[in-house]
Amino acid sequence: MPSVQDLRRDFPALHQQVNGRPLAYLDNAATTQKPRAVIDAIVRFYEQDNSNVHRGLHALSMRATQAYEGARERVARFIGAADAAEVVFTRGTTESINLVARGLGATLKPGDVILATEMEHHSNLLPWQQAARRSGAELRLVPVTGADAEGGLDAAALDALLTPAVKVFAFTHGSNTLGTVNPAAELCARARAVGAVTVLDAAQTVGHGAFDVQRLGADFTAFSGHKMCGPTGIGVLYGRRALLDRLEPDETGGGMVAQAGFTESRWKSAPERHEAGTPHVAGAIGLAAACDYLEAAGREAIAAHDAALARLAYDRLAELPGIRLLGTRGARGGLVSFAFADVHAHDVVTLADEDGIALRGGHHCNQPLMRKLGLASTTRASFYLYNTEEEVERMVASLRRVLKFFGAA
Amino acid sequence: MSGDLTELYQQVILDHNKRPRNRGRLPTATRVAHGDNPTCGDQCSVYVRLDGDRIAEIGFDGAGCAISQASASLMTTQVKGKTAAEVRGLYDAFHHIVTTGEAPAEISDLAAFAGVHAFPARIKCATLGWHAVLNALNGDAVPATTETRAD
Ligand SMILES: Cc1ncc(COP(=O)(O)O)c(C=O)c1O
Repeated sequence: MPSVQDLRRDFPALHQQVNGRPLAYLDNAATTQKPRAVIDAIVRFYEQDNSNVHRGLHALSMRATQAYEGARERVARFIGAADAAEVVFTRGTTESINLVARGLGATLKPGDVILATEMEHHSNLLPWQQAARRSGAELRLVPVTGADAEGGLDAAALDALLTPAVKVFAFTHGSNTLGTVNPAAELCARARAVGAVTVLDAAQTVGHGAFDVQRLGADFTAFSGHKMCGPTGIGVLYGRRALLDRLEPDETGGGMVAQAGFTESRWKSAPERHEAGTPHVAGAIGLAAACDYLEAAGREAIAAHDAALARLAYDRLAELPGIRLLGTRGARGGLVSFAFADVHAHDVVTLADEDGIALRGGHHCNQPLMRKLGLASTTRASFYLYNTEEEVERMVASLRRVLKFFGAA
Repeated sequence: MSGDLTELYQQVILDHNKRPRNRGRLPTATRVAHGDNPTCGDQCSVYVRLDGDRIAEIGFDGAGCAISQASASLMTTQVKGKTAAEVRGLYDAFHHIVTTGEAPAEISDLAAFAGVHAFPARIKCATLGWHAVLNALNGDAVPATTETRAD
């Protein structure tokens, strides 16, 4: 990986003062900053190639189509897909999961089980609640263990839950609330053994290290461009070709139809089958540029960098009085999530912002888990390739001031 | 600490946050209302015993940020003994303070919240307890949510 200081120069938004202090952007699990290369790729498209795709025979339309399909191939290589047709562009993780949940949900019936886990983001929980409601299938959840969820997913409970009645197992690769990273390959293999289709929420992992859909073995994988240096409004649903071609389209309209009649129509095969309407061409191009950027920076190196910062933060935070640190100690992605006995996360975040430090406080779209842990909210610091040890130290110093201010230390 | 922040976290607010007044469920309550703030997870329940149209007793409990909890605490001290119409008047004055930062001299205690106006995201924290007490007075059983009401 190039030096962090070199990388930082590529991100215009990092170079600003917030409340008179240099910005320390530690909210990367929510969204990441964008390198100049990504911003330029989007601008270049709008300035030079802007046109609709797939439908025109003129020069610009052909260039736009080439760029869009080139982006699909770029993303396919980035995630190790066997075939670019397995990459469906969506608005993001949420749309990807809704698409697959509606499609799979239509094949379920009473007596079937949808299995998810207690550490799912609302985006990988509510669509399955809806699928269960519509189909009559039952939604069951793998519990997390430990007072601070330090035990990860309950392995014994998973054994009992993974029966042949389970038709779908949807789970997150990296938890945005706990920092815990689940053993995705092992979980997919176990689900496959009972015949379940697997859906992996990889929003927190695709851009944070090596990632290979074939090695992980999930049937479907969802992620968002904006959490990996790409633009907002673009994401991916990866699916194994045979499954994508069978999945009923969620949206119908232009671009996805093979043969349209006045009263009946036939769909194209994947990926167009699942991309009705004009796609977010500029977004796909920006996402491809983000793939280039991350690969050049070195994906293994990014993973090691994020993990080292998270470890440093975890150890330094553990020294603060009255702190609860959530999630497993090991197998951790680049984030830490914590709560103080006497100071609410929103007060923490407001005071840290005063020091130029961007943290997130709240339930992180994980309300049922928060309730189970007896917490209303946590404060979260999440790291990426451009963050520094100095920023971690600044955060810890700021938190000490917060505790003093509220008379908690 | 900047001027804006010391304005936001006034001594009165820190004090109510640390030593909340009228905290706890009221066994004699004739009206109860819950308020919650879905984006933050702040919660507040307000228990009221009405004597005719007047609040004879009031209690609250909940969990949330210093602003929400201190505001609910201060609110209970302001509305006790007041009629429903008077409470509505106080809320209007309070709402004006937290949204504009302007505090008329005659309502000195609530003026502690004037600093909130510089932090728009926190206005709904400050008004949570007030929404709950208004709902209790309206005899509303549904939780007040700051997301669907105008602040
Ligand atoms: C684990 C996880 N899943 C799903 C999502 C939803 O992603 P998006 O809002 O980009 O659709 C997020 C982002 O907050 C996330 O962290």
